[in-house]
Amino acid sequence: MAERKIRVLIAKPGLDGHDRGAKVIARALRDAGMEVIYTGLRQTPEMIAEAALQEDVKIVGLSILSGAHNALVPAVIDKLAEAGLDDVKVFVGGIIPENDIPGLMAHGVYAVYGPGTDTTKVAEDIKTALQTQPD
Amino acid sequence: MNPLDPAALRQGNRLALSRALTAVENGDPAGQDLISALFPHTGDAHLIGVTGAPGTGKSTLVNQLARALRKDAKTGEQLKIAIIAVDPTSPFTGGALLGDRIRMQDLTGDSGIFIRSMASRGALGGLAHSTAAFTTLLDGAGFDLILIETVGAGQAEVDIAQLAHTVIVVEAPGLGDDIQAIKAGILEIADILVVNKSDQPGAENTVRALSAMLSMAQGGGSLPLASKHLRQSQPGHAKSAEPIPGWQTPVQSVIATEGQGIADLVKAIQAHGDYLRQTGLWQVKEAQRLEKDLQSLIQDKVMQDWQKSVDPDRYTKTLEDLIQRKLSPMAALQLLT
Repeated sequence: MAERKIRVLIAKPGLDGHDRGAKVIARALRDAGMEVIYTGLRQTPEMIAEAALQEDVKIVGLSILSGAHNALVPAVIDKLAEAGLDDVKVFVGGIIPENDIPGLMAHGVYAVYGPGTDTTKVAEDIKTALQTQPD
Repeated sequence: MNPLDPAALRQGNRLALSRALTAVENGDPAGQDLISALFPHTGDAHLIGVTGAPGTGKSTLVNQLARALRKDAKTGEQLKIAIIAVDPTSPFTGGALLGDRIRMQDLTGDSGIFIRSMASRGALGGLAHSTAAFTTLLDGAGFDLILIETVGAGQAEVDIAQLAHTVIVVEAPGLGDDIQAIKAGILEIADILVVNKSDQPGAENTVRALSAMLSMAQGGGSLPLASKHLRQSQPGHAKSAEPIPGWQTPVQSVIATEGQGIADLVKAIQAHGDYLRQTGLWQVKEAQRLEKDLQSLIQDKVMQDWQKSVDPDRYTKTLEDLIQRKLSPMAALQLLT
């Protein structure tokens, strides 16, 4: 009854309205036994950091298809740090050009996933990133 | 900062509160210590339950209510509001998709509102095991009102009636005929009935069926049981031979997406809160809930103690005899206790 669960926030920052990818990931992580909080569309970095704080998640997944990832991802990571959530790990999914990936990783993102990613890998990477025992 | 320091919670540190909720949810002993430290400071928050079938618009209604309840109608003070939104855990994978925040986006950025999603983690009554403990933490952290949104409930998920002071049951048009309205269960626990989506076809019929059901029930709500208790435990009231007037469960039409009917619903919530305080039923409800909590804690403890004391071989042997019908269940019980 009382057990530890991995809690994940899946958020869509920015203005694009395509959340199929976010929903597929949310569903896949649910099926991997995690508690997934989905915030819906058009979140500002402040809103994402606030939700992460209130929900006490250890992982935030950002779905971005708008091309604004180089601005949005660092902004979310900064807001998380401002909220005292330095220990929260961030991954990104969406349409991210190869050349931009090293920059995002340098900002503290632990993984970037493109279309066609095997969702079980996303779940495994989360467990590795948290270094927790699977349930 | 020690995140499990009760002082940090009392001072309104939101990160400390969030970490404390997790500790309690995960059964961490430090979470129990925190609850013990905060418990004397609790009992003031108004716990408002919102329940109803999936898709009736509970989250949207909670969003509107949180905004409307923020300002106290009498004193004009800003009230602090917490929301606990419970969604179901998958019985197959143990995972959960918690999506109630999607409907509550316009509450972000308000430092007087705190929203926490919760997975039911196998509990079947519409809440999670730790929901009551969450309310203690939030109450201790100074929240004046706590809105509790249950799992989308069918007919029998009525745990919220034990926990909340005021229970709002949300219905929507087209979910059933007037026989559904007189079945036992979720409708009986309503202190306020809301017909949401009241611009949809059939809304008037739903209101009429619910109103008819209530007039049959003569007062409705949980009063008959509670008021009996009240006369025993509140001699001050019993002296004046006048019966305590019952609460008339109102049926409120609302269009939550547009905010229509919310102001009247807020008035009904405040009226119910005043009613509970004036009649002394507030304390009666608290007493009943605390007694039930204590009993379930005792059950857990007695079970644990028994499990420690019983000889496993004797247990296995008795169980085999039971399965082979050499022993009756009662005879097995006597051998093992």
